Amino acid sequence: MSVEAEAKNSGPRWLLAELTYTCPLQCPYCSNPVDFYRYRNELDTDGWVKVLREARELGAVQLGFSGGEPLVRKDLEDIVREGRELGYYTNLITSGIGMDGARVKKLRDAGMDHIQISFQASDQVLNDRFAGTNAFKHKVEMAREVKAQGYPMVLNFVLYRDNIDRIADILDLAMDLQADQVELANTQYYGWALANQKRLLPSRAQLQRAEKIAHDYQKRYEGKSRIIFVIPDYYEDRPKACMAGWGNIFLSIAPDGMALPCQGARQLPGLDFPNVRDHDIRWIWEESDAFNQYRGDSWMKEPCQTCPDRGKDFGGCRCQAFQFTGDATNADPVCGLSPHHSIIQQAVEAANNNDALESIPLIFRNSKNSRKHISGEQPI
Amino acid sequence: MNLQRDKAISVATGYRYQWEPAQNNHVLLYPEGMINLNESAATILGKVDGEASTDDIINSLKIDFPGADLENDVIEFLEIAIDRGWINVG
Repeated sequence: MSVEAEAKNSGPRWLLAELTYTCPLQCPYCSNPVDFYRYRNELDTDGWVKVLREARELGAVQLGFSGGEPLVRKDLEDIVREGRELGYYTNLITSGIGMDGARVKKLRDAGMDHIQISFQASDQVLNDRFAGTNAFKHKVEMAREVKAQGYPMVLNFVLYRDNIDRIADILDLAMDLQADQVELANTQYYGWALANQKRLLPSRAQLQRAEKIAHDYQKRYEGKSRIIFVIPDYYEDRPKACMAGWGNIFLSIAPDGMALPCQGARQLPGLDFPNVRDHDIRWIWEESDAFNQYRGDSWMKEPCQTCPDRGKDFGGCRCQAFQFTGDATNADPVCGLSPHHSIIQQAVEAANNNDALESIPLIFRNSKNSRKHISGEQPI
Repeated sequence: MNLQRDKAISVATGYRYQWEPAQNNHVLLYPEGMINLNESAATILGKVDGEASTDDIINSLKIDFPGADLENDVIEFLEIAIDRGWINVG
C-alpha cells in the first residue's frame, strides 16, 4: 500500500538557523568555518523572525536551531515560539550546555518539538577532553531531563579515531538514557574537522568493527530505539548526495544573516552569497546567482556530466571538490571516478597505516585559534 | 500483525500531523524528518485523535464515504503506521 504523496513544491523544506557561532565547547571536529570569529554581527530577534516567516511562506517546514551553541541566545525561546506558531517542526541541536531543567521546560512551553543532544564520547575523560571543557555530567543530566519532560530525544555521537572503538559503551549509554534515536555520525571533514582530519579519521579496521557492533545493537533494540550509523564518506567509492542537491531542499542561515545552500558553502570562491538583511528569502532562493549556481547539471564537468548517477548524487559535495581540487565544479574526489580520487585514497592510507596519529596535536575550535588564523599569526 | 481493533489509537510522541499549504497535502512531521502523505493515508490519519479505536475510525469513514469498501485499507494503513512507529495502540 502506498502512503506517500509526490513532493510538489520547489521551495526549501529545511531551514537551518545557525543562531550564533559562540560556543562553550571547543570540539576539534566542529564543521563551523575556521574564520568564524569574523562573523560576530549576529541577526537580532526581529531579523530571525523575518527569516522564519519568509522561509515558511516558501514551504520550509523543518526548522533546526544550531550554531555554535544556540542556547547562548537569550531570545531562543522567543524565536522558537514564533517558529512553532508559524507551523514549523522545531528541532534544537545542542551540546546541552546552557540549559537546566527550568529552561528545558521553558523551551517546551515555547513549542520546541524535539531536542537533540550531542556527546563527544561515552565517558567523562574523553568527552571532556574533546569538548575542551567539563561537559559530560551535565549532558547526561540534561538528556534525562529532556526525556522526563516528554520530548522525543535524539542523541548524537560524532565518531572519530579516539572514540570509535568504544562504540558499545556509547550505545550502552544511549540505551540507558532511553534515546528514541541515536546518530552515530562519523566526522564530516569541513571547517575545524578538516584542519584536524589526519588526527581524527579512523582506520578501515576501526570502522568495520564499529559498524558491525552498531548493526548488532540495531537488531537487539529494534522497535525501541532507532540506531543510525553514518560511515565517513572518505571510505565510500561514490559521493554522498550532499544536501540532496544544491539549493534543492536545504537553506542555511549563518549567524550574520548570510544565506547558504549548506553550512560549509561560505568558503567557495566567486559566489556572492546573499544576506537576509538585504534580500527576502524568496529572491534569495529563486533569483540569486549563488543559489542557482550549482542547480541542475549544466555546470558539471566530466566525469559527472555524462555519469548515469548525476541525478542521484549530484556530483557529490561542492565544498569537498573545492577543498581538495581548488575547483568546486569538479567531481567530489570521494568518487572513485574522479581524477582526483587519489587525494582521498592517500588520506585513507595514512589513517590505515599509521598508529602514531593520536600524537598529532588537536586544533581546538575556539575564538583564540580563530583570531590567530584570521590575523595570519597562526593560519589553520 | 494482530491489530486490537477496540483500543484507542494515538499519534506517537514526537510526531505531528498537519496540512502543508505550500505542498497542498498533509504531512507527518517528526524529529528532522517528514512524510508527505497521500490522500487516503491523510484521511485515515486525520481520524487518529488519541481516543478513536480502529473500529471507530472505520465507522467514521463509512459515514464520510458511504458505500465505500474501506475496512481492509484502513487496517492495512494502520498496521503500516504502527510498524513505522507513527502511531501507538492502547
